[in-house]
Amino acid sequence: MRKMLAAVVSHVFSRASQKKPALRGLLASQNFSNDAPCHIKKCDLYRLEEGPPTTTVLTREEALKYYRAMQVIRRMELKSDQMYKQKFIRGFCHLCDGQEACCVGLEAGINPTDHIITSYRAHGLCYTRGLSVKSILAELTGRKGGCAKGKGGSMHMYGKNFYGGNGIVGAQGQVAEAYNLSALWKLPCVFICENNRYGMGTATERAAASTEYHKRGNFIPGLRVNGMDILCVREATKFAAHYCRSGKGPILMELQTYRYHGHSMSDPGISYRSREEVQNMRSKSDPIMLLRERMINNNLSNVEELKEIDADVKKEVEEAAQFATSDPEPPLEELAYHLFYHSPPFGVRGTNKWITYKSVS
Amino acid sequence: MATLAGVLRGPWRQVSGLVKRRFHRSAPAALQLTVREAINQGMDEELERDEKVFLLGEEVAQYDGAYKVSRGLWKKYGDKRIIDTPISEMGFAGIAVGAAMAGLRPICEFMTFNFSMQAIDQVINSAAKTYYMSAGLQPVPIVFRGPNGASAGVAAQHSQCFAAWYGHCPGLKVVSPWNSEDAKGLIKSAIRDDNPVVMLENELMYGVAFELPTEAQSKDFLIPIGKAKIERQGTHITVVAHSRPVGHCLEAAAVLSKEGIECEVINLRTIRPMDIEAIEASVMKTNHLVTVEGGWPQFGVGAEICARIMEGPAFNFLDAPAVRVTGADVPMPYAKILEDNSIPQVKDIIFAVKKTLNV
Repeated sequence: MRKMLAAVVSHVFSRASQKKPALRGLLASQNFSNDAPCHIKKCDLYRLEEGPPTTTVLTREEALKYYRAMQVIRRMELKSDQMYKQKFIRGFCHLCDGQEACCVGLEAGINPTDHIITSYRAHGLCYTRGLSVKSILAELTGRKGGCAKGKGGSMHMYGKNFYGGNGIVGAQGQVAEAYNLSALWKLPCVFICENNRYGMGTATERAAASTEYHKRGNFIPGLRVNGMDILCVREATKFAAHYCRSGKGPILMELQTYRYHGHSMSDPGISYRSREEVQNMRSKSDPIMLLRERMINNNLSNVEELKEIDADVKKEVEEAAQFATSDPEPPLEELAYHLFYHSPPFGVRGTNKWITYKSVS
Repeated sequence: MATLAGVLRGPWRQVSGLVKRRFHRSAPAALQLTVREAINQGMDEELERDEKVFLLGEEVAQYDGAYKVSRGLWKKYGDKRIIDTPISEMGFAGIAVGAAMAGLRPICEFMTFNFSMQAIDQVINSAAKTYYMSAGLQPVPIVFRGPNGASAGVAAQHSQCFAAWYGHCPGLKVVSPWNSEDAKGLIKSAIRDDNPVVMLENELMYGVAFELPTEAQSKDFLIPIGKAKIERQGTHITVVAHSRPVGHCLEAAAVLSKEGIECEVINLRTIRPMDIEAIEASVMKTNHLVTVEGGWPQFGVGAEICARIMEGPAFNFLDAPAVRVTGADVPMPYAKILEDNSIPQVKDIIFAVKKTLNV
């Protein structure tokens, strides 16, 4: 993240030296506030005496970092939409635009040494966990420069301390088991429910006996968080992480959020919800818009600087997309690689007994 | 004309799809029907015939089915017969099995059979084994259905073929339709069967249209479970497949025919109980055998066929070892070039046939 900020700042400096309009922005930055206190919505608490604070300090540096990250994810997801329609991306593609505050806020509240696992709607988390846009998009297009060398696809992207991206969900029972085991053994687990109101095409009210997901850990305390406000998510995450790290056992966070796209690119997303509902969320609760407003209202940035960041993000995503559509596919010889770890090479049968691929760890 | 009248007598919902098709008015009418429509029709007819039949699964009702296979059924039959479930396979499969034990006739849809792994204990331990364990006291008349095997670009966790896994289990019947006639006849037989039946469909076949012969248009048209079909007569080699690869085998057979090689193509239709007699009879005629499947080679359908041929009368008629064409022995990769080489193609079948015939 710091690298990104440095890139932004150096970009601004270099533009300034070329005597472009950014010079105005550069001079103006000396008039920005360094930080600002922000009020955030109180979280609903379950089995907790106290919760995350209702005020926090947002520094200029943090604000720029979060803004840029969310814009990258937004742009990347919209680019994926486009590339899917152009058939560069195949199979399943689950986009998270609208939910940017969840992954960026989460990362802001934890350390890179913490571990994360998630479901198929993972592109945003892939980015916040440190995968480059290039490697994500190239994975979506199935090229060798992809983070999984093109072998995993959208739902199977992994990184350091990041266990994917998983395609199989539907495990309410398994979640209950996880709750029991983690509470029994006091495991430092934060269970996060990104409640975007729909399980594919089914509204939560039709699928859940109780939609108060933050209470469904039963004996596990929980928080219900405004998942559209990145500061809310950050503070709740810090609170939850601190709770776990102090040895108290697991805790649950329900992030109330929204996805603009349908469940996946095969789902138009309007047969089970109205266009008005989607539009309403965009105009009133968009996470990027909310952060932008905070930044401008608190003089942490201005419209020109943010526009520059937007332009820079656009460039980054375009370049990544360019790479993703021009990078070659993985070589056929490597079809059977990566079956076993730390194992000597062996032969793998292809579609008939005369075809053998070499499998290398 | 009788068949035309037979079609028109059916429920409007079925006909509304059909009237969009052209059909001859002079000769007995053969209809064009997609596999999706065939399954839909089959379920519709059985829902109408027996009020104990019901469908449950994710998105089957208000969404019209994740792959639109159950389109229109919720509108026609309502909440009591077409039930949307939460994303909770172990849970709703369990409920379905219990319902079957108590006397209803559920159709339990898995959005893909990859998700059935979440519920496999219910399929095997609660459904398949119960009639045996209870010494005939407790039947479980349930159908588990859904798409199986590879689709296009859906990667490792969504592309597995479960024919071998389910076919392994005594007490379970497993069917695998290829075309619309198969789909309609087998779903109806499965629903009417008093035993647990797994129907392995194929997502890539849902949109493919086939001519439905006149006898298949009847509401009582059933395809017997446990009987294979010879799709193409031949003399030089027997090629056995199930599901989508049957189409590939017919394509390969057409190409090979131009070179003077006549393949006998057998559509298994049922994995368990397998119609090994049909394969044996064919092998005793052609003296050569190639099996084709989408699933992995180890412990697969082809492996079972080869083993049984060796154990039976047809072995002595083989002029060459039997050969299997299968999916590659890797989790399904995502990149197109890798995926294309991980599933059996027409060229793989042609190659295997020629190798077996030593030409």
